[in-house]
Amino acid sequence: MVKWTFGLALAVWLAVLATLKLGIQPPIPASVLMLYMVLVTIAILVFVAADETRFGHFVAPLRAVYEGRVPRPVQVAVLVALPALAGWGTWLRVAPNFDAPFEPRVVHPEPPSTFTFNGRTVDQLTLKNPLREGADAESLARHTAAGKTTYYRNCFFCHGDALGGDGHFALALRPIPANFRDVGTISMLQESYVFWRISTGGPGLPNGATPWHSAMPVWQNYLTEEEIWQVILYIYEGSGSTPRTWDEGTGGHDH
Amino acid sequence: MIHPSSSPPVTPYALKGVYKGILKVSVMLALTYALISGLASILPAADYRELPLLGNRVAVWIPAQLHLMFAAFVLGVPIFAVITEIIGAVTKERRYDELAREFTKLLAMAYTVTAVLGCMLLALLVLLYPKFVGYMSELFKPTWLLYIVLIFGEVIVAYLYWYGWDTMQGRYKKWHIALGVLVNLWGTALLFVADAWVTFMMSPSGIDEANHLVSLWDAVANHTWMPINIHRLLANVAFGGAIAAAYAAVRFLNASTDEERARFDWMGYVGSFIAIGAFIPLPFAGYWLGREIYQFSEQMGVSMMGGSFAWLWILQASLIGSLFFAANFYLWLGMGRIPGANRYTKFQVLMILVLALGFLTWATPRSIIATGGEMAAMGGSHHPFLGLFGVMAAKNTAVNLMILTTFMSFMMYRRGNRIPVVPWATVGKALQALVVAVAVGIVLFYGVYSYFVPSLVRIGFSVYQVSAVLGAMAVFVAIDIPLLKGAREIGAIQWGKIAPRAQYALFFMAIVFTLLMGLMGYIRSGIRQYWHVYGRVADESAHAYTMSHGSATLIVSGIVLVFLLLIAGVFALTARQKDKRGDAPAQVALAGEDAR
Ligand code: HEC
Repeated sequence: MVKWTFGLALAVWLAVLATLKLGIQPPIPASVLMLYMVLVTIAILVFVAADETRFGHFVAPLRAVYEGRVPRPVQVAVLVALPALAGWGTWLRVAPNFDAPFEPRVVHPEPPSTFTFNGRTVDQLTLKNPLREGADAESLARHTAAGKTTYYRNCFFCHGDALGGDGHFALALRPIPANFRDVGTISMLQESYVFWRISTGGPGLPNGATPWHSAMPVWQNYLTEEEIWQVILYIYEGSGSTPRTWDEGTGGHDH
Repeated sequence: MIHPSSSPPVTPYALKGVYKGILKVSVMLALTYALISGLASILPAADYRELPLLGNRVAVWIPAQLHLMFAAFVLGVPIFAVITEIIGAVTKERRYDELAREFTKLLAMAYTVTAVLGCMLLALLVLLYPKFVGYMSELFKPTWLLYIVLIFGEVIVAYLYWYGWDTMQGRYKKWHIALGVLVNLWGTALLFVADAWVTFMMSPSGIDEANHLVSLWDAVANHTWMPINIHRLLANVAFGGAIAAAYAAVRFLNASTDEERARFDWMGYVGSFIAIGAFIPLPFAGYWLGREIYQFSEQMGVSMMGGSFAWLWILQASLIGSLFFAANFYLWLGMGRIPGANRYTKFQVLMILVLALGFLTWATPRSIIATGGEMAAMGGSHHPFLGLFGVMAAKNTAVNLMILTTFMSFMMYRRGNRIPVVPWATVGKALQALVVAVAVGIVLFYGVYSYFVPSLVRIGFSVYQVSAVLGAMAVFVAIDIPLLKGAREIGAIQWGKIAPRAQYALFFMAIVFTLLMGLMGYIRSGIRQYWHVYGRVADESAHAYTMSHGSATLIVSGIVLVFLLLIAGVFALTARQKDKRGDAPAQVALAGEDAR
C-alpha cells in the first residue's frame, strides 16, 4: 500500500471533492466547499509527511518526473498540466458571473439593551413574555389561537403557510424571510429577542448587522404589544420549538 | 578553595545578582513615575488626551498585549523550569536540570523587557486616559501597593532562584526547588492581582449605583476573575513550553554535531510535551469563562459568541485545529526515531481521519457566507445538512475526540520502544483499550443524543463528554505507569535522528499559540465595546468603536511579529552572555556527580 502513497493521496482528494460537490443536496456553498477542501488538502499532506516511508513514496513520482527518469512525453504532460491547472483555477475565480456578491452578515446581531416601543422605552434585559409567565393552560391556548390569527393575517405572506420561510413573497426578498422551523432561528433565541426583532423589524437592526436590507416590517406600527406577544406564542407552538432561556445559556460557539 | 558544607547556600554572588535586580526595578519605576508626573504637569488637564498618528487605543493596545505576552512567558517559564527540575531531581538525570537551568537563565532579560513594556503601558494609560485611570487607581489603591510589593518579591526570589542554581545542587537541591515553587507562587499572585483590574473592567461588582466602592474584595473577586486566572495560568504554561520548543527547534536546525542535535531534539520534545499537556485542559477552562461571561451579562455573551465577534471564533477554531494537526504530526515523525514504534504506524490512518473530521466540524460556520443563488437553494442562510455540524453539540464532540486522539499519540509515543513484561500485561492492555472505547462511546452517544433534547438538557451533556475523556485519560495513565515497570526495551530512542521538517511543526506551534493569545486578548477586551467598565463607565473617547475584523486582526498579527522578534532578541542576547557558573567551589562540588 505504502508504495502507492502518491496515487492514493490523489485519489482520496478527488473522491472527497466529488462527494462534497455532488453528494450533498442542496449543494454546499462555494465558501464552505473551499474551506473544506483546504482542510482536507492539509490533512492529507500532514498525514503523508508524518512518516519517512510514506513521504519517500509520496515524493518519488514527483522526483521521477523532475529528475527525468520517466519517458519524455509524461514529463512534458506534467510540466504543461500543472501550470494549466493553476491557470484554470485562477480563471474560475476571476471569470465574470452575475450572482449577487457575498454578503457576510451576522444573522443574530446583539440586541440593544433598550429600545423604544411606541415612544416607551423597553428594557431588553428584563423583558419577559407576559402572556407566558405564570399563565394557565386555558389562557395560553386562547392567546396562542389569537396569535395564529395574527400570523395568518400578517406574516404568512413572507414566512409561509407552515412557518417554513417560504411564503409567496419569499423568493423576491434578500435576505429571504426567516424559516421558523430551522433550529438556527427562533428556537435559539429568547422571546425578548424575538419581541425586539418583530417590533423594530429590518430598520431596527443595528449597524453591526449590515450589509442587511431586510424587508421585515416594523410591526410596532401595525400591531399592539399584546398581539405581538401572542404571535410569538404562536410561532413557537406552530413550529414545534421552545424559546431559549438563559440559565442554560452558556452558548459556546452558537454563531 | 573548598566548599564548606555548613555555609549557607546563598552566596555573595547570588546576593549581588539580587541587588542588581532590585536596583533595576527601582530605577525603572522611579523613571516612569518621574516621566508621568513631569508630562502630566506640562500637558493640559483633560479627560482624554489624544496621541497623534497611532491614536490612543492602538497605542495602548500594542504595549499592553506585548507586556502580556512577555508576562505570560516569564510566568510560564518558571512553572516549566520547576517541573523539569523536579523531574531531574527525581530521575537523577542531569539533562533535565540543565534544561531547567538553561531556561531560567532567560528570565533575567525577559523580566527586564516585561518591566519596560509594563512601564510604557502604565505611562501611556495614565497620560492618555487620565480620568479613567484616576477612577481605577482610586478604586484599587490597596492592590496597587500590593502589586509593587509583589513585583519586588518576585524579583528577589526569581534572582535567588537563578543565581543559586549551581551553589544549591546536591543536598541543597530541595531548598532550591522550594525556591522555584516560591517564584511560581509569587508570579501567580502577581497575575491574580493584575487580573482583578482587567476582569473588573469586564464584569464589575463591588460598586454602588454611583460607581463608588462598596467592597474591594467584591470588586476583585468579580464574576470573571477566577476563570480568567485559571485560564491564563494554564495558557502561560502552554505558551512557555511552546516558546521553549521553538527555541530548541532553532538550535536543532543550526546544530553542527550529532550531539547537539540529540540535545535539542530532546529539548524540543520536552517543551512541546509540556505545551500540549497544559493545552489539553485549556478548552475546558475556556468554557467555564464563557459561562461566567454569559451569567454576568447575556448581552456581552451574545456579542461575544453570536454577534460582531462571532467570526473571530472561526479564526480561533482554525488555529486550534491546526495546533492539533501540528502536535500529532510532530509526534508521529518523532516515532520514526523510536525503534519499535512502527508497530503503531497503522493507527495513524484512523487518527488523521478523526482529526480531519473534527477540524472540518469545528470550522463549519453557523451562518454561512453564500451568494443569493446559493441561499435560495438552501432555503435560508442555514444549510440543512451543514447546519448539523455548525452547532455546539457537534463541536463539543469533535474537540473531545481530537483531544483523545492527541492523547493516544502521546501514549503510543511513550510506549514506542517498550514492551510490557508484567504478568498482567494482556489484561492491562485490554483494559486500556476498553477505557478508551468507552470514552469514545460516551462522547459519540451524547453527541448524537444532543440533537434530540432541548438545549437546557444539552448543555449538561458536554459535562459528561468532558468527564468521560478526562476520566479515560486518567485511568489510562494510571494503568500505563505500572504496566511499563521494567518493560523490555526494543532499543534506545535515537535522539537527533528526527526529520528536520518536524522542527517546523514546533515553530508553527509557537506562532499559533502567540496568535491565539493576541486574538483572544482582543476578543476579551473588545467585547466591552464602548465601555471602559462594562455597563458602568462609558468610553467617551473617539476610539470607543468596535474595529473591523480586518483592521483588528492586522494589529494582532503585527503584535505577534514584534513579539517574536523581541523574544528572538532575548534568546540571542542571553546565548551570547558568557555563562558564569555560580561560585567556583560549587563547580568542584558538582564535578563528581556530573555525568557528562
Ligand atoms: C415583507 C415580508 C415579511 C413579513 C410580512 C414578515 N416578515 Fe418576518 N422577516 C422577514 C425577513 C426578510 C426576515 C429575515 C431578515 C431579518 O431577520 O430581518 C424576517 C425575520 C423575522 C424574524 C427574525 C428571526 C431570526 O431568526 O432572527 C422574526 C422573529 C420574524 N421575522 C417574525 C415575523 C412575524 C411575527 C411577522 C408577522 C407579524 C413577520 N415576521 C412578517 C420578512 C417578513
